[in-house]
Amino acid sequence: LLTERNNLAGVQHIVLVLSGKGGVGKSTISTELALSLRHSGKKVGILDVDLCGPSIPRMFSVQDNAVHQCNSGWVPVFADQDKSISLMSIGFLLEKPDDAVVWRGPKKNALIKQFIADVAWGDLDFLIVDTPPGTSDEHISTVEALRPYKPLGAILVTTPQAVSVGDVRRELTFCKKMGLRVLGIVENMSGFVCPHCSECTNIFSKGGGEELAKHAGVPFLGSVPLDPQLGQSLEEGRDFIQEFPKSAAFPALARIAQQILDEASRQSS
Amino acid sequence: ECPGTSSAQAGRAAACQGCPNQRLCATGAVGPDPAEAAELRTRLRGVKHAVLVLSGKGGVGKSTFSACLAHGLAADEDKQVALLDIDICGPSIPKMMGLEGEQVHQSGSGWSPVYVEENLGVMSVGFLLGSPDDAVIWRGPKKNGLIKQFLRDVDWGELDYLVVDTPPGTSDEHLALVQYLSAAHVDGAIIITTPQEVSLQDVRKEINFCRKVKLPIIGVVENMSGFVCPKCQNESQIFPPTTGGAEKMCQNLNVSFLGKVPLDPQIGKSCDKGQSLLSEAPDSPATLSYKNIIQRIQEYCDQHHSQEEKII
Repeated sequence: LLTERNNLAGVQHIVLVLSGKGGVGKSTISTELALSLRHSGKKVGILDVDLCGPSIPRMFSVQDNAVHQCNSGWVPVFADQDKSISLMSIGFLLEKPDDAVVWRGPKKNALIKQFIADVAWGDLDFLIVDTPPGTSDEHISTVEALRPYKPLGAILVTTPQAVSVGDVRRELTFCKKMGLRVLGIVENMSGFVCPHCSECTNIFSKGGGEELAKHAGVPFLGSVPLDPQLGQSLEEGRDFIQEFPKSAAFPALARIAQQILDEASRQSS
Repeated sequence: ECPGTSSAQAGRAAACQGCPNQRLCATGAVGPDPAEAAELRTRLRGVKHAVLVLSGKGGVGKSTFSACLAHGLAADEDKQVALLDIDICGPSIPKMMGLEGEQVHQSGSGWSPVYVEENLGVMSVGFLLGSPDDAVIWRGPKKNGLIKQFLRDVDWGELDYLVVDTPPGTSDEHLALVQYLSAAHVDGAIIITTPQEVSLQDVRKEINFCRKVKLPIIGVVENMSGFVCPKCQNESQIFPPTTGGAEKMCQNLNVSFLGKVPLDPQIGKSCDKGQSLLSEAPDSPATLSYKNIIQRIQEYCDQHHSQEEKII
């Protein structure tokens, strides 16, 4: 008989970040949500199950770190001195970062199961699960493996334009079919305010995320504008929430985190 | 060392012992069998040039570029062009080409592509889905099966260009495509990126994937490269090229840099409306960039004449 190792026993709330569409800001939102929650005094983990394009390590400037083993499994990589943000990603397991992970579904599924069962997270207030775009192997395996741990739900990220919203509609169907609660929709890249003249340009169209939330009957968590300072922070692995509280994207990101905190409190009580 | 999931040694090498995937690798079919290969070769015999549009990264503009490329190539009415969208989970092409709601028809000679123009046909899983809310929640092997069907059962006819739009990543769809398309003449891959390192780090993997499967790289396009405010004309780097952008990456990796395309609200607008950017906004800087890049791709293809059909 195998001893059931339950590395998720100390995790209070699991939040998935999904989108049908690529490049809308799932990893960005995952990162900023983790930073915001940490600044509210929470202990947060991020599990990055994007095996082909793992973005999380670089967003915390720990892309050169390696993963160690302990008795309970893999030790997550800490993003900060206080050990209040811990991370796991295939990015830490690659010997050569430029090597493509060219795996078919079954091999991806095997690693995801390991990531979910074998990371020694310890006690966490929140575990954020960042996902690749789509509705395929990674998503099916992740949701099935997490089911016994009753996730709080999923945040769906979109950009305003129709091609993005079109994919996110399908992702909503995925959530319904898999019995995964939708916490709400975030509309990212929602307008750009020129830093020189303050003119707002809707580079990726307007309003699609909010309309979709209404149409689907799910909460709209907010619109995050394009913000070059946010992009720069992510490139450099900096703490945008701490360093740029006056920047364009900050209010929306803070509001999203607050809504997640409120929902988690509601669930706990 | 993993011998590779598609190698003859998959699941059988010494290194495979203990790998959770061993059983699957050892039993899995990894490419078209000889009979299928012959079928594919016949079907694709009339395709003079096939180009794949790839990226390691999602959301950088592969479909946008594929649609533009298809329109650009079809501007010459003497050329027959087809656009194949193998993004099964997130098929963007029908919307971008103004073909939402269209359906695929079957005839004696196979599935018929949906025609935007007389000389421009399109095929996508999007046409097979009943409702815009339908999700295709398939694991890898089933996705591969559909890709094979597209290549085998679609009556492409004689084509000057087949443009294949792909989903992000380096997984089942990409392996299947490369394997099944080996029956045709593939000129190469166009790789799309945005300027920032978080994209480039995925794109380097894609370049390595191409090298691993011996797919020639026509070049790299840097999309979303700067934004010029329509009011004050000042430029902002919304997606900053903190590590030198695509141009530097191409220099480092000895890959051709095809050009930069700026952010332009007209692009998103024409995608949403399902119209060709090149016709809708002929004077926009983005259109001019795309046109230059398309011309370079045409020149590349012209230098690589279609191969004679190999005798089995």
